[in-house]
Amino acid sequence: MSATGVRAAVTGLGVVAPNGLGTETYWTATRKGISGIGRITRFVPDQYPAQLAGEIDGFDAAEHLPGRLLPQTDRMTQLALVAADWAFQDAAVRPEDLPGFEMGVITASSSGGFAFGQRELQALWSKGSRYVSAYQSFAWFYAVNSGQISIRNGMRGPSGVVVSDQAGGLDAIAQARRQLRKGTRLVMAGAVDASICPWGWVAQMASNRLSVGRDPERAYLPFDDAAAGHVPGEGGALLVMEDLEQARARGARIYGEVAGYGATLDPRPGSGRPPGLRKAVELALADAGASPGDIDVVFADAAALPDLDRIETETITAVFGARAVPVTAPKTMTGRLYSGAAPLDLAAAFLAMRDEVIPPSVGVTPSPGHDLDLVVDRERPAPVRSALVLARGHGGFNSAAVVRAV
Amino acid sequence: MPAHEFTLEDLKRILREGAGADEGVDLDGDILDTDFGSLGYESLALLETGGRIEREFGITLDDETLTDAATPRSLLEAVNALLVPAEVG
Amino acid sequence: MSGAYPRRVVITGIGVTAPGGVGVKSFWNTLSGGHTATRRITFFDPSPFRSQVAAEVDFDAELLGLSAQEIRRMDRAAQFAVVTARDAVADSGLEFTALDPHRTGVTIGSAVGATMGLDQEYRTVSDSGRLDLVDHTYAVPHLYNHLVPSSFAAEVAWAVGAEGPATVVSTGCTSGLDAVGYAADLIREGSADVMVAGATDAPISPITVACFDAIKATTPRNDDPEHASRPFDGTRNGFVLGEGAAVFVLEELGSARRRGAHVYAEIAGYATRSNAFHMTGLRPDGREMAEAIRVALDEARLDPEAVDYVNAHGSGTKQNDRHETAAFKRSLGEHAYAVPVSSIKSMVGHSLGAIGAIEIAASTLAMEHGVVPPTANLHTPDPECDLDYVPVTAREWPTDAVLSVGSGFGGFQSAMVLARPDRRNA
Repeated sequence: MSATGVRAAVTGLGVVAPNGLGTETYWTATRKGISGIGRITRFVPDQYPAQLAGEIDGFDAAEHLPGRLLPQTDRMTQLALVAADWAFQDAAVRPEDLPGFEMGVITASSSGGFAFGQRELQALWSKGSRYVSAYQSFAWFYAVNSGQISIRNGMRGPSGVVVSDQAGGLDAIAQARRQLRKGTRLVMAGAVDASICPWGWVAQMASNRLSVGRDPERAYLPFDDAAAGHVPGEGGALLVMEDLEQARARGARIYGEVAGYGATLDPRPGSGRPPGLRKAVELALADAGASPGDIDVVFADAAALPDLDRIETETITAVFGARAVPVTAPKTMTGRLYSGAAPLDLAAAFLAMRDEVIPPSVGVTPSPGHDLDLVVDRERPAPVRSALVLARGHGGFNSAAVVRAV
Repeated sequence: MPAHEFTLEDLKRILREGAGADEGVDLDGDILDTDFGSLGYESLALLETGGRIEREFGITLDDETLTDAATPRSLLEAVNALLVPAEVG
Repeated sequence: MSGAYPRRVVITGIGVTAPGGVGVKSFWNTLSGGHTATRRITFFDPSPFRSQVAAEVDFDAELLGLSAQEIRRMDRAAQFAVVTARDAVADSGLEFTALDPHRTGVTIGSAVGATMGLDQEYRTVSDSGRLDLVDHTYAVPHLYNHLVPSSFAAEVAWAVGAEGPATVVSTGCTSGLDAVGYAADLIREGSADVMVAGATDAPISPITVACFDAIKATTPRNDDPEHASRPFDGTRNGFVLGEGAAVFVLEELGSARRRGAHVYAEIAGYATRSNAFHMTGLRPDGREMAEAIRVALDEARLDPEAVDYVNAHGSGTKQNDRHETAAFKRSLGEHAYAVPVSSIKSMVGHSLGAIGAIEIAASTLAMEHGVVPPTANLHTPDPECDLDYVPVTAREWPTDAVLSVGSGFGGFQSAMVLARPDRRNA
């Protein structure tokens, strides 16, 4: 059998989300439509136009991680290390039992450990270069989560880091599948981002995509006539991915497989050429050998900006037909988690398959202008065998993934 | 203003702040002659520690001081050797 | 059909922006002449810093064809990437407008993204660190492009008209090798036909210099900047920060041949492994780098003896030079002593994520010219580094296959084998 015959099974989930720390806590909240969005508590946001975020409450890194790791890690990395631990536990894999070269880590990042970076930049500019921490050389950089996860778990196989803004989470999953096909036994893949600090906030506001709404229930409203930007959040998910046959051979519980993937970049602004999301979806379906009718639910990117929502609706209706497939955006309960968003949606898709239920989008009054079957406010019981997850990033990144039951 | 003396308590505080503490190590035990590696501190942790000592005590450590000081006792001696002239001067 | 990836990937266009001069020609002149481009930092007053030397690029974005708006919205690293990508595309002779844009992709490596722009903008919005709650009214409109460096891949894609898979690969100091390896995989698996791939970094900013000061990774040899980067020399005491970019046009071999393209080299093998040991430290045995080399050679179907030249990571830290020397011995056996090994970081410094791509360019040009670039400033070898490091002077040396390696923070160890396509034992 050629290596391309390798199928990428997902056998473990580690979730850190604003509406739930840990997979089952997150999933229970998500099914019930419980949101984790609120006014920022990490700093006093009064002076900023945008004041809402999806913060993770109650995470005490010291409860989960060795004391020696704490001073050298940004919150983003602490969350990622814990998510990786939980994903291993969920997969019933003890990394120390596997040969190091047979395990890799592929994560996506968007802004690195930005809060750590702010602290050190402040030390540099307010006190002087001698006040910059020895850990600054890696604690903020984009590769840190992959590096720290590989070290903590003895994973010496192929690792990597991709940055494609908020589409990067799917690109990491695809790269993990690539490594499984090349013969790696197990890859920890996904993304966790957390840059809710004043410096990160100001940089995010510069995108002009943040909601300035003050009501947490009406601030992030994709596909709604009142759509006016998103609420940022922190967190994400890490997935244990394994060669399906080997996962079966060890008797692993298998959530499903990553069956298809496609990625495009929108044309240069002003080129007059069409956006690339539809092409990414078509590529992912073709890669999965799936037809649109096979897809039971679409996890939307849900930008909550009128133009981007329109493009997504046009893509979905062009591929599937008007109101032909249920669409949902549980990220309305977490805010957009940057590179962490799509892996979290993948986790939700696998849990939807497990429990035969589509989680809702909350707070949204679907606009008649969007001819979508949007699952709102309440979960919808439905057999889910196959799901499409969409993710887009600033700059025109489009990624799509098809996951399905095995 | 430079402090008079760099004590073991100072070192332990700075280690905890800058590099954390290994759960398997009792920093409050008799550690003066235990090498830093056994205490859970590798070269990077010692660089962070050295930087903090330099800032707090207003001294500059030679590159070799941290690599040569294998134990808390030797680091205390090296730092205090630098503090004495500052006190006199 | 044998193997997972029947499609073979070749380099048909090269662009380089490196210290010592913009463009492939000046780059090769620097390397083949053994000239060093390291100097006292001019971008800011380096006197408060422990290490005050760097290899800076004399770069005039406007002169190199970037518009006023492009210059304003792009960090220096993004500017490098765009200018260098345009050079690579021109060099390839490939008519990009005739390509299916969805089959053309971009992968750009960068270790630290827009760190220079972020450093500057932070200083403004925080009023030199005075404000904890930084002031958004002073933020520049393109700050988000600095926050998330995938903007580099988007900028390059827009510049060349690519609409296929695009991403930034950010694996610290192996980013350049990993980005090109990633792009080659996309062509091999059939996700793209043409990739514009390379890496860029412009890290010479106060925050980067300060963070390497803090771990004493960069050299304090401030009194002799031109000779400050001394890989494998017994007197070396840290690396010299650099900046720059190299970008390549990668194509499937068959289509490159059909259009009569000049084929520089095949990306015959690539692998990356992690040491799972330490974020900045290296185990002296070089085991993981050796494993990456072994897998890359295996993918290239080449024996270690077929390697004509090793382009080393050679950063000029004691730890690296010894680690790497051990890795070569472990993976190449006796051949490690016979094959020339050199580090161009002795001349162009260490541009973090970019250098891996710049070293691929150097490796490819070494094959092209039959000349191996030297390790400059190597006069008194470290006794523990006992290989042939091509000291001081370039060497005429027919080269059909090159091994280029990288090692970086996070524990990443990567290896790439570049070879003449007809050289490979398929």
